[in-house]
Amino acid sequence: MVVYTYYPGCTLKTQAARLDSYARVSARALGFELEEIDQWQCCGAVYPLGTDEVAAKLACVRALMAARDSGRPLVTLCSACHHVMKRVNHDMRMDKDMRAKVNNYLEDEGPYGGETEVLHYLEVLHKHLGFAKLKEMVVNPLSGRKIGAYYGCMLLRPSAVMEFDDPENPTLFENFLKALGAEQVVFPQRNECCGGYISLRERERSAEMAAKVADSAARHGAEELITACPLCLYNVNKTSGGKLPVVYFTELLAQALGVEAEEEEAAHVG
Amino acid sequence: MLGRTDLPNRLRVISGAKDKDCMKCGKCSASCPSYEKMDIRPHQFVSYLQRGDVDAMMNSTTVWACLCCYACIERCPRDVKPAQIIEAARLMLIRRQGDTPYVSADDIPELLDPDTPQQLLVSALRKYTK
Amino acid sequence: MKRVGVFVCHCGTNIAAAVDVGEVVDKARLERGVVFSAEYPYMCSEAGQTMIANAVKEHNLTGVVVSACSPRMHEVTFRKAAAKIGLNPYMLEMANIREQCSWIHKDKDDATKKAVSLTSAAVAKVHLNTPLFAGESPVTKRALVIGGGIAGISVALDVADAGYDVDIVESTPGIGGRMAQLDKTFPTLDCSACILTPKMVDAATHDNITLHTYSEVESVEGFVGDFTVTIRKKARSVDMKKCTGCGACYDKCPAKKAPSEFEEGLSNRKAIYIPFAQAVPNVPVIDREQCIKFKTGKCGLCETVCAPGAIDFEQQDELVTQKYGAVIVATGFRPIELGKFGEYAPESKDVLTSLEFERITNAAGPTKGALVRLSDGRKPKSITFIQCVGSRDTTPRGKAYCSKICCMYTAKHAMLVKDKYPDIDVNVYYIDVRSPGKNFDEFYRRAAEEYGVNYIKGQVGKVVDMGDHLVLQAADMLDNRQITARTDMIVLATAIEPLKSTKPIASMLTASIDTNGFMTEAHPKLKPVESPTAGVFLAGACHGPKDIPETVAQAGAAAAKVLGLLSKSKLTTNPCVAAADELACNGCSACESVCPYGAIGYEDRQINDHGVRGNQRLAAVNTALCQGCGACAVTCPSGAMDLLGFSNRQILAEVDALCR
Repeated sequence: MVVYTYYPGCTLKTQAARLDSYARVSARALGFELEEIDQWQCCGAVYPLGTDEVAAKLACVRALMAARDSGRPLVTLCSACHHVMKRVNHDMRMDKDMRAKVNNYLEDEGPYGGETEVLHYLEVLHKHLGFAKLKEMVVNPLSGRKIGAYYGCMLLRPSAVMEFDDPENPTLFENFLKALGAEQVVFPQRNECCGGYISLRERERSAEMAAKVADSAARHGAEELITACPLCLYNVNKTSGGKLPVVYFTELLAQALGVEAEEEEAAHVG
Repeated sequence: MLGRTDLPNRLRVISGAKDKDCMKCGKCSASCPSYEKMDIRPHQFVSYLQRGDVDAMMNSTTVWACLCCYACIERCPRDVKPAQIIEAARLMLIRRQGDTPYVSADDIPELLDPDTPQQLLVSALRKYTK
Repeated sequence: MKRVGVFVCHCGTNIAAAVDVGEVVDKARLERGVVFSAEYPYMCSEAGQTMIANAVKEHNLTGVVVSACSPRMHEVTFRKAAAKIGLNPYMLEMANIREQCSWIHKDKDDATKKAVSLTSAAVAKVHLNTPLFAGESPVTKRALVIGGGIAGISVALDVADAGYDVDIVESTPGIGGRMAQLDKTFPTLDCSACILTPKMVDAATHDNITLHTYSEVESVEGFVGDFTVTIRKKARSVDMKKCTGCGACYDKCPAKKAPSEFEEGLSNRKAIYIPFAQAVPNVPVIDREQCIKFKTGKCGLCETVCAPGAIDFEQQDELVTQKYGAVIVATGFRPIELGKFGEYAPESKDVLTSLEFERITNAAGPTKGALVRLSDGRKPKSITFIQCVGSRDTTPRGKAYCSKICCMYTAKHAMLVKDKYPDIDVNVYYIDVRSPGKNFDEFYRRAAEEYGVNYIKGQVGKVVDMGDHLVLQAADMLDNRQITARTDMIVLATAIEPLKSTKPIASMLTASIDTNGFMTEAHPKLKPVESPTAGVFLAGACHGPKDIPETVAQAGAAAAKVLGLLSKSKLTTNPCVAAADELACNGCSACESVCPYGAIGYEDRQINDHGVRGNQRLAAVNTALCQGCGACAVTCPSGAMDLLGFSNRQILAEVDALCR
């Protein structure tokens, strides 16, 4: 069985446990295993944009080094973790100054030069397994379900670093949905912001922004939405009040593959 | 310590943004989802930086309204990176003040609900506190 | 020992501001063999040239060094001056103390030191110069024009009218190019077809012009005055001599699913087709990839209905080889692909490029001139134009340059809409309106002032197709507000780029292209229509974005240069060519294999080496073909190959002088 080194991130241990548990059982059904890094630390949830922010990147660098030492790619699930991990890795590979500063902090463990390949779970399905193969392994096709893929910001932008998909016209999640047998609904706001962390202090603003996303999806015929981001899911669900349910993409994957979350993991999924 | 006259250059260094490359096309402001909540608009940040008015940038509502969705960075035809200029102004403000006028750590517990994801808490803390 | 004079130019302040010219003059006088040195503000002026002439006579100079600008600028000037007073022109050397020194150094001491060094290197070289004599080469009195748009047609007509034969090679089935696709032209709003089609007919019927349509340049050999070009005439599957242009074939053709290139893919054409009704020549072409007969072997309906029996399914590509004295590149432009500009929803049927819009407004276009939305056929209530889509964009998806024509054609489109349908709301989003041509700014202002077109300073961030309408989000920078607006049709002023075929054509001609893929001119001010390769000229948008007036003016200028060349009976050749030392050559063929011009051959010759006679295989340079690039000289393992005027000894002497 193919094994990937895995970075779950904080939210996947609590509020977004479903994103994690369904990913693991689906992985097993698809023939690969996610092996969680020991003692990982929080990625910080937002990428430290200031060019002088060094310490804030160390947690990611440690995870990236652990993956390098495992000799395997590092797989992420949460959009935020993926964003931060991918960008920090990019800095370590491309930004000589940042690399030198970070490595100064890492006396014993270092140096690190961005050698790890960071993959989103969806990229594993797309690049390593292949959506054609995935389609063959589907036992419960999601026929007749009209599903919109809500990408949000962090998987796509900045595209020069994220290299995930076309930032304005992405297709990866749609092709994923097609492989699961669902009817994919493309809607224009699928790459727009849900309001992000503004919902902590100004709920009405994120409500407004998330409503734009949900309305756009509904207007184009979506009856449910998928996402890879716990914060997108939270903001859109708060707004739509369940009218347009938002679920993690791994939940649909597990449904289509006909697998259940295992008991101990299911226990988390309250 | 850097004097006040050095603030614009300090901001340039922290942001890594290329304000001189801006041709004032307005695509950043056209793309911004938080535009209405900003008193200084994304495209104006370049002008403020060019004339050195960093205080106004730091005290703007923009530094709290920007959500780092990177739409302006993605679509800018000159690779100016407006969001990074805004971010640098915010960083300079919270580094100077330590505490933020936008939200303090003490306020946070009452802003939570049972569904609040950790991701929200962590990102808000990272963005709003030193 | 030569008697050398050194002449140092100030070039106004170009050199004198960064280099202590007096110091260069003084130091030069200390060089071996230098008997005279002097300075002058403009050495290239008549007074400067006279100064050189007088010094040569007075001081009996046998070698001259001019320390001034790049030899590309004025070597010819000074060599002519030397020849006038009876000095062999190749006894004059230039030291480039402007482009390679004063323009790039800020520190005067450093720059002066470098100018002294460069001058002493030139002195060291001139001591080894030998008189060289230019040869002659023939001029074929025929010109080749690559590209049959308005640029190519204009050059061809001008050259043909002067009495020379011209061939036009056009890759599509007919001539006319982009201009044939346009409805009206700015800034006069006259009908494009009305002014173009007579020119197309003139070109087709001119006694001195031969059209090769549906043809491509396959290979080019030779040099200025004597190019040999092979043209591939692609199989048309229709006999041009028999076809009467009746149109029965394409009326009956059942394969109708090919997107029409001429209509920018907005409508379909048949597998056998002419690009548009007024096509020249009026002879159809079979698109073999679309033709049912070619795909399945069945059908052949066109053959059945063709009364003169012109359909020929067996026709093969034909290669035509012809000699030319001059080649004009006029390959034109195309709009860039918008796949990477997803924020404008380019996949929406109601989001058009400007060239597509041109077809929509054209009475002969896919909507017969009706201004309707392509998605639902409704007449739009509002049209939005967006400028600078992909232009002035330094990111990998865009073009860093201004596409130049968009501001004016957008004003044209906006006015045409308002003129026919005053009730349609027309908005233009712009970054700057650039209108520096004759009557251009007045034209743009008319759109705003007389026709009520709204110009909004700002860009559009996102376009969303809502099905029955479009929504855009934009910024109005003067009003400092964000706009969310409904509109029914969006027209994108799409950046233009050179055709993909420009690059291979340039490399066949050993002409150069710039970082954007446009053809490079020999000098931006003084040789704007010549390519750096002698005998190759440029016309139209292959050289950079251009409107029609500018293209036609450039075509006229190129034609004048071509005529200047073709009217000569002989050309003098550059004597700085390669030569083999027969005593050192061992016939290894290394030089032959690196020569890009095929100028080196071999011959067996009887030699007498220290009294030993024998036959030996020796390299022989065809001096007519040799361009003096020096590749053979550096490749030759035995040091037998040398470049006249740039011999190994001369270059080493320069290096020695520089290293002193």
